[in-house]
Amino acid sequence: MALQAVFFYLFSFLTVASAVMVITARNPVHAVLWLILAFFNAAGLFVLLGAEFLAMILVVVYVGAVAVLFLFVVMMLDVDFAELRAGFIKNAPLGAMVGAILLIELVMVVGMRFAGTAQVVRGPAPAPVAGSTISNTEALGAILYREPFVFYLEIAGLILLVAMMGAIVLTLRHKDGVKRQSISAQNARNPATAIEIAKVPAGGYTVPPKAPEKVRS
Amino acid sequence: MDLLLTDYLPIAVFIGVALFIGGALMLAPFLVAYRNPDPEKVSAYECGFNAFDDARMKFDVRFYLVAILFIIFDLEVVFLIPWAVSFAEAGEFGFWAMMIFLGILTIGFIYEWKKGALEWD
Repeated sequence: MALQAVFFYLFSFLTVASAVMVITARNPVHAVLWLILAFFNAAGLFVLLGAEFLAMILVVVYVGAVAVLFLFVVMMLDVDFAELRAGFIKNAPLGAMVGAILLIELVMVVGMRFAGTAQVVRGPAPAPVAGSTISNTEALGAILYREPFVFYLEIAGLILLVAMMGAIVLTLRHKDGVKRQSISAQNARNPATAIEIAKVPAGGYTVPPKAPEKVRS
Repeated sequence: MDLLLTDYLPIAVFIGVALFIGGALMLAPFLVAYRNPDPEKVSAYECGFNAFDDARMKFDVRFYLVAILFIIFDLEVVFLIPWAVSFAEAGEFGFWAMMIFLGILTIGFIYEWKKGALEWD
């Protein structure tokens, strides 16, 4: 139990510290690397809670994919620091307002918990009960594909579909005049379509009457 | 619950040992290595000529598109894992629920294939 507490405080401290570094780091690439450290420590906290499936997913999806995406975004934005500092004063009221709203919401959530007045709606617990032999993954699967949650699953599928199509519509631009390999066109070539034999008369040569048919890609 | 955590204890020990060895190897040169810096020695080496400009530059939005398409199918697999584990309990309803989910994402896959988002030009 003492060991568990030691690890809890270690992971919590590192999560909060690296989250602070994310917002104070000058270099956005360093900020993303601190964010990855925060994800790892949050995964450690999930393991301490017994939610090992979520911990592994956090490492695989967030560290493996989302952090890479953030790095791409940081590289793509080509952040100009002088311009950012100039915009700080201009955007400060908006930022302060968003921060204040978030702070009020957090205070309300914690305050409700302490006041004990809120009717907290609890779903079935996804974490296995202590002493049971059901693993975390099984417990999740047991509720995710049942009546109320299955609709959320389908909605998640639709959201992923919208994200996929949105990304393609927003970013996909085809360059003109790019030659691609067309394997079917290559395989369809035979001597009759690819080769032309010109009769060269004796005593000179002529230009072939027409160029051999090009294989269009 | 405690049994689960004792399963993970070797991983924590392993990470601790790895951090110790990695940190020691990074720290040792500062303590013991002979240092005599020189502007030519510490500058970036680029095949013999001076570096043209900063390595941080804008790059193609296409990398981002590939990454986001990867993430979507990554998440699809994430939803498949608990389904596969609890397949026996989920029954026929669970099976068809997952088939609809996969069907929705297959629509997106066909769309991206037809649009040529998987081609690099």
